[in-house]
Amino acid sequence: MKFMQQSRARIFYGLILILGLAWLWYSSNPGAATGGKIPAPQAGFLAPNFTLQTLDGQPIELSDRRGKVVLVNIWASWCPPCRAEMPAIERTWQDFRDQGFIVLAVNSTAQDQLPTVQAFVAQNSLTFPIPLDESGEVTRLYRVASLPTSFFIGRDGVIREVVIGGPMAEALLRSRVEQLLKETP
Amino acid sequence: MLPTLQLGPLAIQTPGLMLLLGLWLGLSLAEKIASKRGLSGDHLYNLTFIGLIVGLAGARLGYVFQFLDAFVQSPLGLFSLNPGLLDPFSGFALGLLSMLVYGKRKNLPFWPTLDALTPVLAVLMIGVALAHVASGEAFGAETSLPWGIDLWGTTRHPAQFYELAAGLLILGILIRPMNATATPAGTLFLAFLALAAGSRLFLEAFRGDSALILGGIRAAQLAAWAILAAALAGLDRLSKPGEGASHQTG
Repeated sequence: MKFMQQSRARIFYGLILILGLAWLWYSSNPGAATGGKIPAPQAGFLAPNFTLQTLDGQPIELSDRRGKVVLVNIWASWCPPCRAEMPAIERTWQDFRDQGFIVLAVNSTAQDQLPTVQAFVAQNSLTFPIPLDESGEVTRLYRVASLPTSFFIGRDGVIREVVIGGPMAEALLRSRVEQLLKETP
Repeated sequence: MLPTLQLGPLAIQTPGLMLLLGLWLGLSLAEKIASKRGLSGDHLYNLTFIGLIVGLAGARLGYVFQFLDAFVQSPLGLFSLNPGLLDPFSGFALGLLSMLVYGKRKNLPFWPTLDALTPVLAVLMIGVALAHVASGEAFGAETSLPWGIDLWGTTRHPAQFYELAAGLLILGILIRPMNATATPAGTLFLAFLALAAGSRLFLEAFRGDSALILGGIRAAQLAAWAILAAALAGLDRLSKPGEGASHQTG
């Protein structure tokens, strides 16, 4: 009797595995991963493009940086973790800029004050571009719910990682940039 | 999607909170049924705690060895609370090893211990699904079905909610066997493994972020099928005449 039950169970298990294989085959789809084709502020998607004026008055467009490893850091000068991570971002940028690393520290100017931003940048001797999001459009486009929010973008323009909150450890910044720079374009 | 909960100046990472909640609830449930399986709740707590601590330390060390230069430049990063500085594979391997060593030292029976840990895994599966709901990760493929949700630029299968429903269903199926002790030791764990792998095999087809191999086959489905086959082979072995009696725990 027990032997019969076991045989029935084996047939059932075998059937499940055959159906599983059939489902695996049926649901295989070379176009299944849609991530990298659509712009969205999420890992695995194309980084949404934006054009802003920097603190020193230069226009800057994200898509012009394609082929480089980009850190888009959205911040405000009143936010303590944003302030705390800026020196580490500056040091990392200085060390990797010659290898093709770019920082766009987008100031969420719509919720900040320009003179405070200028004072903070001067005080910390920040040398990377600081695009100003005066209308708050980029902050909304990137669905920033918490400051700072950082987006690590690969050479192909696809977001590899989103870090919400801060301050980011300098080791995290360095290791991520190192890893992304090793990727083949 | 709610990736962070802003409480004054504090930004609490909702996905992490969901995982911790799942672990805590799972452990509480496991503790209640551990004694029925002849195990002490304390041993179960210690086993999980050691696995977690060694796993976290191992994950950090594994990461440090991969990016030694970054930590030489910034040694304080070694003690950073940032979860991004972890290597999951090293953490999993070392956490598992530490649990095996602890189990061996305390003479914990292998299969009954895995059975007792099954509620932790089942509730954690729901925690992972809730973490995905909060973060928007593990998103679905594009769809025109009426229950599709607008996410990341298009209408998608609500894959995170499918995952949540599967987790709740599996917990619902297993809640009675969790309290029963008449089955051969190992049955509960293997049944969970089979159900979890089966659900992944089915639901992965609706995901929009699958890693693809061999011209379109989803890698996660292949791995889930292999785990399902192993779990069913284990269940078959346990049901062999004579095998069950020798594993009886109740």
